[in-house]
Amino acid sequence: MKEYQIIVLAKQVPDTRNVGKNAMKADGTVNRSVLPAIFNPEDLHALEQAIRIKDQFPGSTITILTMGPVRAAEILREGLYRGADAGILLTDRAFAGSDTLATSYALSCAIRKMEKYDIIICGRQAIDGDTAQVGPQVAEKLGIPQITYAEEIISLTNDKIQVKRRLERGVEVLEASFPILITVNNSAPHCRPRHAKRLMKYKHTTTMSESQEISEDYLTASMGNNQIIMEWGVNDIECDRAQLGLGGSPTKVKKVENIVFQAKESLKLEDNDEDINELMKELITAHIIG
Amino acid sequence: MNNVTVYCELDEGKIADVSFELLTKGRSLANQLNCKLEALLIGHNLKGYEKMLFPYGVDTLFIADDNRLAPYSTLPHTSILVNLFNEEKPQIVLMGATTIGRDLGPRVSSALKSGLTADCTELEIGDHEVTRDKKVYKDLLFQIRPAFGGNIIATIINPDCRPQMATVREGVMKKAIFNPQHKGKVVDLDVSKYVDETAFVVKLIERHVEESKVDIKNSSVIVAGGFGVGSVENFGLLYELAAVIGGEVGASRAAIDAGYVGHERQIGQTGITVRPKLYIACGISGQIQHLAGMLESSIIISINSDPNAPINKIANYVIQGKVETVIPKMIKYYKENTK
Ligand SMILES: Cc1cc2nc3c(=O)[nH]c(=O)nc-3n(C[C@H](O)[C@H](O)[C@H](O)COP(=O)(O)OP(=O)(O)OC[C@H]3O[C@@H](n4cnc5c(N)ncnc54)[C@H](O)[C@@H]3O)c2cc1C
Ligand SMILES: Nc1ncnc2c1ncn2[C@@H]1O[C@H](COP(=O)(O)O)[C@@H](O)[C@H]1O
Repeated sequence: MKEYQIIVLAKQVPDTRNVGKNAMKADGTVNRSVLPAIFNPEDLHALEQAIRIKDQFPGSTITILTMGPVRAAEILREGLYRGADAGILLTDRAFAGSDTLATSYALSCAIRKMEKYDIIICGRQAIDGDTAQVGPQVAEKLGIPQITYAEEIISLTNDKIQVKRRLERGVEVLEASFPILITVNNSAPHCRPRHAKRLMKYKHTTTMSESQEISEDYLTASMGNNQIIMEWGVNDIECDRAQLGLGGSPTKVKKVENIVFQAKESLKLEDNDEDINELMKELITAHIIG
Repeated sequence: MNNVTVYCELDEGKIADVSFELLTKGRSLANQLNCKLEALLIGHNLKGYEKMLFPYGVDTLFIADDNRLAPYSTLPHTSILVNLFNEEKPQIVLMGATTIGRDLGPRVSSALKSGLTADCTELEIGDHEVTRDKKVYKDLLFQIRPAFGGNIIATIINPDCRPQMATVREGVMKKAIFNPQHKGKVVDLDVSKYVDETAFVVKLIERHVEESKVDIKNSSVIVAGGFGVGSVENFGLLYELAAVIGGEVGASRAAIDAGYVGHERQIGQTGITVRPKLYIACGISGQIQHLAGMLESSIIISINSDPNAPINKIANYVIQGKVETVIPKMIKYYKENTK
């Protein structure tokens, strides 16, 4: 039976879905430190698709690749608990300030270093930027086809994959050969929860930077697993430094503003018959309705 | 050379609304920049389409017509855009933030090593000064978009790379005819020069597209319900009001997440953008992401049991009360007053 080498691209993001009052600084910028950092929700959908392939083709391997600060190793462990086999953290000051193009360039260089891959699976978009650009850009940089907005992998054979993708008002089934990059839509199935045995097995897995920070006994505990989460810096990948980080990003943020709405002079009405009767009359007379 | 180019998207053989909206915007940007407006149309059986596009101010229409180019597929369309842009060197490229535009845009921007800003809500021309280097960039495209889940507004620029690329959601820009008599020229592209055989590696196996059932965007009256509506049954009251006064039903994301209505009715930053004559917000608190999709409504009525709901600040009329009590009264008095 065929064994697939699968790479899942995942990002750790601030949880922008629950931005409280204190999350905004007075100058209109975001106070990232008060927002919890989470596994980008749609990347979990991507991971689930990968695990499903592995369920069906047991010899397959799933490697999660993430680019981010040292702390982003948290999502690699989360991925291991749920079913991934290995994780790679791409971290270096040289990557700081990357826009989507510089991010996808760095990710594609890391992918090139990994020997063989059949399927790269991404989320559709990350909730911190909602750009949905990194997936297609990684595919372009690797020179492979892409299938975006995927909802279900319909079939896999030795040399072909069929994927159902969601359109605005319908669906499409596409067939491609390997290697292929897929971005998974939020309408795809949710990711299965952590597996208790895997949690026990992997909870002390650390990256190099993390193990340097923690105590001796932890270090020994993680020794056996040190190949499971790898940490790569700019010197570990072959790349053109000019295309990385802030300098390699064609887009620049010119300014960031808080949103202020112009308050309107509003008319307060009660929910009684008189007020509502008056309102409806007014709307009809003004030809707004009727 | 150095013009403004709009990628015109075809939806089942029809030019998408968002493309007309972008041409309208593109025309005004081209006027400001003193350059031409170009459009690019890729598909099959495209004879006569120029008649629909010229009135929007298109000076040059590039057409790639081939039966293998419809429906849309990523690699062939990318190849045409990349090769054409390498020749024509547009300064600005606009496309819809649709399933197609968001599949195509990043691929093209990566191949051209140029920046792309997704989901812009405003596009302006302006200068940018780098104080440190005493350098001034003239006439850049300011790409303005919400960021961080809609909590802030960011202005993005691409100082050094061309084209400056942006996607915009449907309904965000206004669509308006520039001049019904405007005539441009058509340039038929030799498809074989722009697309290699190898680009057709992904095969379409099947495709189902439904006619959209709701047309919220073009409705002049919208009755929108939020989480405060409380149930599917209560949403029935909204449908009734909409039917009586002649409007469509919209919803907030919380109402959709709660299962009160289908997602095709979502209004807001990640839904549809609307600007009706009348917007009746029922049990909607008015979070930024919702306001982003309806702020330009001419008249806003808020029905909310909480007098301090944020939406009340931008409403012309605030009715403090429960949806279940207020709406039946609106229906009743509308009927009485129009008899
Ligand atoms: C990245 C991102 C994108 C988003 N995109 C969108 C989007 O496109 N569109 C969108 O709508 N949201 C969007 N949201 C969600 C948005 O932040 C809010 O959560 C959502 O709009 C809240 O919906 P609501 O006002 O219906 O619910 P709530 O905030 O729960 O408000 C319910 C309101 O109903 C009132 N109420 C309760 N009972 C009654 C009653 N019986 N009668 C009258 N009033 C009553 C309450 O006082 C309250 O004001 C997005 C969020 C994120 C993070
Ligand atoms: N820093 C990153 N590391 C790994 N994957 C990423 C990163 N940024 C984006 N991705 C992947 O690209 C997808 C789209 O991201 P975005 O273009 O930022 O919306 C995400 O859902 C991830 O799968």
